[in-house]
Amino acid sequence: MSVAQNAPAPRELLVARNVHKSYGKTEVLKGIDLTVTEGEVVALIGASGSGKTTFLRCINLLEEFQQGSISVDGDPVGYVEQGGARRRISETRLAAQRARIGMVFQSFNLFPHMTAAENVMLGLVKVKGMAKAEARSIAEHWLARVGLAERRDHYPFQLSGGQQQRVAIARAVAMEPRLILFDEVTSALDPELVAEVLGVMKDLAQSGMTMIVVSHEMLFVRDVATHVVFLDQGRILEEGEPHAVFRNPSSDRLRSFLGRFTDIIGDITAR
Amino acid sequence: MQRTFAGEFWKAKWSLLNGFLTTVELSLIVIAIGLAMGVIGGLLLVYGPRPVRWLMRAYVDILRGIPILVLILFSYYGLALMGIDISAFTAGVVALAGFCSAHMSETFRGAIDSIPVGQTEAAKAIGLTFWQRFFYVLLPQAARRIAPPAINTAVEMVKGTTLLSIIGVSELLLATQQTIARNYMVIEFYASALAFYFIFNFTLSRIGAYFERRFGFIRY
Repeated sequence: MSVAQNAPAPRELLVARNVHKSYGKTEVLKGIDLTVTEGEVVALIGASGSGKTTFLRCINLLEEFQQGSISVDGDPVGYVEQGGARRRISETRLAAQRARIGMVFQSFNLFPHMTAAENVMLGLVKVKGMAKAEARSIAEHWLARVGLAERRDHYPFQLSGGQQQRVAIARAVAMEPRLILFDEVTSALDPELVAEVLGVMKDLAQSGMTMIVVSHEMLFVRDVATHVVFLDQGRILEEGEPHAVFRNPSSDRLRSFLGRFTDIIGDITAR
Repeated sequence: MQRTFAGEFWKAKWSLLNGFLTTVELSLIVIAIGLAMGVIGGLLLVYGPRPVRWLMRAYVDILRGIPILVLILFSYYGLALMGIDISAFTAGVVALAGFCSAHMSETFRGAIDSIPVGQTEAAKAIGLTFWQRFFYVLLPQAARRIAPPAINTAVEMVKGTTLLSIIGVSELLLATQQTIARNYMVIEFYASALAFYFIFNFTLSRIGAYFERRFGFIRY
């Protein structure tokens, strides 16, 4: 963990307890427990259908879940328990919770009728109530940080996929969230554009941002994540420090999952 | 004494002006109500709880399936027989606005539905509330898709006001017919009515084209 020495024990930022989620009769999350402390970069890995993206989307309630709880900063997301009954919180409160949790999507989802800068400014102005001038200077700061100072007045369709995704990251970070969720953010990109996005994410991780990352980029996971979680059929099968987990997978499922990557990129435990 | 068009037009000026104003007033009221109810109806069709969606669906499908003239006659004579006493003008507004709102609701529903779900998710993720998502993210993207069919509906409504002449609303067509009944200048007065309807509707379609252009830069 990248916490300075003598610092107080890192705070638990996200606590998920026994999260269950079903689509009709199909249970896709079968009791997920996860604790993420401040400054951690947690990678969720697993085959498609293992539930990693679904779990990620439960954290800001883009997916409802039927049982269990997820707290961010001690505040239970989406639901409250009252007299033994579980109740959805109000739309306004949920929106305020979501504003504290950033998210970057596989398909970028930039607003096509707004320039790069306007995409970043929207939440600052409408959610945080900032004046436009202030929001613009923050937007320009973050666009510069992701290397897109020159492109701030471009519309999304005028940008490459990698550039769009970097704008999306700037849009999430500018809100100063407590943590950011990354949902397979490089999967829709041409191979030559992947590196620029991973570079921005690595930079963000090094600045101490708490991140939960669903990714198939195993080298990125190995080098940047502080904690890796392997999901299989809706359960956490193994977790731990990436090098340790990659070197000594204790389950056959993880061994065969990692084997598929080793075939392509060689031994991922090698330095 | 030889009758001239100008002379007859001058004689009928108040009746024609009244007809003209009634047509404009009817059209604007009907389009405004239809548009407002269409936005609400479209939202209910997409986001309403299931029973509300079903009711809206039934409303839209039933009204779209009935000829406007039948709606007008029902609204005027039918409601009167049911003990609801309304003027011909009001009955006309009820029928046309009902018809207009059904078409507009469907137009809005289609436009909102066609926006990728990722747009709503990204808007949720930055903490926008329902109405903020609607006004800042969905509506601007929907506007361009809404403009062409909404203008079609609006134009149909302007044409539809002529049907109210049947229940005795003195809109432009009835005023024109009454003028012709006095002077028999059929071609001249129908031609002026025709010119008016064309100019009115052409203006509407230019407004539509403006909105299409205004949001035309949106690309995915």
